Amino acid sequence: MTADALLSLENLSKHFPVLNVWKRRSGWLKALDEVSLSVHKGEILGIVGESGCGKSTLGKTVMGIHRPTSGRIIFEGNDITHLKPHQSRGMRRDLQYTYQDPGASLDPRWKIGRSLDEPLVIHTRLNRGARRERVREILDAVGLPDGHLDLYPHEISGGQQRRVGLARILTLHPTMVVLDEPTSGLDVSVQATILNLFLDLQKRFDLTYVFISHDLGVVRMVCDRVAVMYLGKVVELGSSDEIFDRPRHPYTQSLLAAVPQIGKGRVTETFWLEGEPPDPGNLPSGCRFRTRCTQARDDCALAVPPLVEHSPGHADACLYSPARRGYSPA
Amino acid sequence: MDDLLAVTGLTVGFATESGLARVLDQVDFRIGRGEIVGLVGESGCGKTTLARAILGVLPANSARISAGSIEFDGRDLLQEDPDALATDIRGRAITFVPQDPFSSFNPVFTIGRQIEELMKWKSPDAEPGSGPRRYARARRSSDLERVLELLRIVQLPDPEALLRKYPHEVSGGQRQRLMIAMALLPEPKLIIADEPTTALDVTIQAQILKLLRRLAAERGVSVLFTTHDLGTAYEICDRMTVMYAGQDVESAPSDSFFTEPRHIYTVRLLQSLPSRDHGIRGIPGQVPDLTAPPPGCRFHPRCDAASALCRQTRPDPSDVGAGHVARCWHPAQGEGTP
Repeated sequence: MTADALLSLENLSKHFPVLNVWKRRSGWLKALDEVSLSVHKGEILGIVGESGCGKSTLGKTVMGIHRPTSGRIIFEGNDITHLKPHQSRGMRRDLQYTYQDPGASLDPRWKIGRSLDEPLVIHTRLNRGARRERVREILDAVGLPDGHLDLYPHEISGGQQRRVGLARILTLHPTMVVLDEPTSGLDVSVQATILNLFLDLQKRFDLTYVFISHDLGVVRMVCDRVAVMYLGKVVELGSSDEIFDRPRHPYTQSLLAAVPQIGKGRVTETFWLEGEPPDPGNLPSGCRFRTRCTQARDDCALAVPPLVEHSPGHADACLYSPARRGYSPA
Repeated sequence: MDDLLAVTGLTVGFATESGLARVLDQVDFRIGRGEIVGLVGESGCGKTTLARAILGVLPANSARISAGSIEFDGRDLLQEDPDALATDIRGRAITFVPQDPFSSFNPVFTIGRQIEELMKWKSPDAEPGSGPRRYARARRSSDLERVLELLRIVQLPDPEALLRKYPHEVSGGQRQRLMIAMALLPEPKLIIADEPTTALDVTIQAQILKLLRRLAAERGVSVLFTTHDLGTAYEICDRMTVMYAGQDVESAPSDSFFTEPRHIYTVRLLQSLPSRDHGIRGIPGQVPDLTAPPPGCRFHPRCDAASALCRQTRPDPSDVGAGHVARCWHPAQGEGTP
């Protein structure tokens, strides 16, 4: 992997056992299957895909919330794949995770001030005054008034809860933050202010984000590079402009075609993709998208197509990628 | 145009611990025959309350309807006998597609049982006014035919087998197709679809919207489509009504809604969509507390064009274009918008 990679994943897999009624294992659910990625310092990497594609599993496995089945996670040059809990504590300061729903992840019986103080108690040796100082500084950075320290989570709005969730991880000055669906459930006007906040904070604290989202419009706006996932596999990886303007994998193309674009043609008149994703516990052989793909041919079923970088910085996993040499449109 | 539904001056409040929440404030709203109307707005703007008021399912112990009328197909639903509403309006002339297809089925009965139960009471063949004590065999088999045909129309594979399945055995997209089928089975005049695609993935959403639009057009059914997602509203609606904090602020045909919004709130709302051209712009400030809403136009505390007039009185609807109505004292004049 490249020298400036802050985080690299090497063939990372996470398989969950599928249990039958007698609690015996009847198969494996491959939520994450041999994913290799690297995140460069200072960039925002978007991970997009539909529900069940493994994007949240990816984030949680990186964080050590799930134990990987195989593969390696390298963060700041150290292998953190199999750290014991006490070893991972130092690493946690630098690598932070925000949950999808901060309303549910803040303790309802704790005031905001106490929730913000807790990470500092665990990870630093600051005294009470210094901690209070740090909390106020961060609260100001995320645009919340001091008075909010004495409120309970249910007393503030969803957008403010996100700000608190963000403040909570920023008090430790991490280098990298995994944002799991950071804007889902927010109204567009609130979403816009939260996205601006992410971008401001990124510049101010020199952060690197992994931005997990299903909202392609948002990803296009904030991310430098994008990885598209389908059923546990990365099917396309490239810069935002490349992915959104010149998508190569048929899945990426249909995903983009499904997004309503105000002022453009109506998706309801042009959308072609039929069917639904197959059961992740019982995947088709070869390319996982072939059962829905309009361009699928016989050899798509033979082997899982590897992610190949056909042009610098833009990789896709389609046997019939338009960038592939010798491609002939049938 | 001949209106199927006309809501006039509807005012609804909810009794809460901290006083009466004024959730709808003199709302005007209408739907023409065969029209798909989007009711858009952010959470808490009252769109679901309006949809429920039309359906007549507001919680009886806390909701207070203090003014207004809901005129549906020549009948005022607020004056009508509740029993008559239950037998021949709700579930027959007006049906409902819920937001969450996951929790809308009963998990312990098969899908077939639940559809049969619906048809027993709400089949177009059932005599209006009298609930069936017995489900006559002839009607039962004709209803089954009708169900199977409609399941094929909504593109569900193998309908006979599907009826024997339990709700957890089918996917979210299929459940939403079933919900649409069940909403169409009583052959209604109006379908109220409350955010029917928010729980679905974007490729499935595109399929469902396509289906809903096609079926509504083929069968001449009007659809009230509530959503907070302007993109999906653009896809499917003929006309839009925007609500903010319990007030209707603007109503326009889809085309002029997106190209020349007039109410300042609509302009700001469209600008907060992520777009390459102008970056990300939110609306500063917060939605007001509905137990003590600001007087006049409720958007005035967040509006940069607000004047003393806006703080005192709420403007009446005024025509600002063909079929385009805005309730704003200082409507935007062809400002550059996305």
